[in-house]
Amino acid sequence: MNIINFTPISALTGGLLIGFSVFLFFILNGRMTGISGIASNFLISKNNRIDNLLFLIGLILGPLIYSYFTNQKIEISITNSLFFLIGGGVLVGLGTKISGGCTSGHGISGVGRFSLRSIIATITFMIVGILTVLINNIL
Amino acid sequence: MSKLVSLFCGIIFGIGLVISQMINPAKVLGFLNLFGEWDPSLAFVMIGALIISSPLFHLFKNKEKPIFSSSFSISNKKEIDKELIFGSILFGAGWGLVGLCPGPAITSIALLNVSSAIFVVSMFIGFYIASKTN
Repeated sequence: MNIINFTPISALTGGLLIGFSVFLFFILNGRMTGISGIASNFLISKNNRIDNLLFLIGLILGPLIYSYFTNQKIEISITNSLFFLIGGGVLVGLGTKISGGCTSGHGISGVGRFSLRSIIATITFMIVGILTVLINNIL
Repeated sequence: MSKLVSLFCGIIFGIGLVISQMINPAKVLGFLNLFGEWDPSLAFVMIGALIISSPLFHLFKNKEKPIFSSSFSISNKKEIDKELIFGSILFGAGWGLVGLCPGPAITSIALLNVSSAIFVVSMFIGFYIASKTN
């Protein structure tokens, strides 16, 4: 194992902001932040639909506001073929809906309140994610 | 007021994903590449998020009601069922293939990246299929 590209300060700073957002959503609106839940409920359920939509719009505004104030261009790199993009997207949608959470819902909100369900979900998707990358590297 | 809070929390969360670079799937795949060239950054994002949210959850967990809503709506599910494990396995596989999970995927719509848009549409199809088969 070699460590590369490690950016601890920006990771921690961004993480603190995410934690702050999660706390505000809890204490002000009484809800646990889970993006898969917010997005899938926006699609499926009439409950809180406007709230959920506004949260999703906020997410999309985030990078735009950041770029506007810092003049920095945000670069991302996705190299998957169309087949894997669609397959990966469907798997993420199915999996988070079936297990009731994702990296935010289980990984932050659930782990943060010491929910055993969420701790087990987080360990499971981390291990499977690591194995998927390992297999992908070998093939 | 709760609507304004939702928008504001989304914005802060989105900016957090940008600053932490978790919006970039290459960073996430670097974290999942534990047995290769490993980028531990994602662990620091989770630590950052948890050191703020976790103590505050516990401090306010006995509060009667939230400030702008009539009650807390928090899952009290406890059982470790096969849906939890099966769903987490599917999610982990999709996450490991592309490096996108729901938050960064939706946030990256702002960058008008065709690949992430295809991923997001597919993810919503996944939500829909799961909701119809339950």
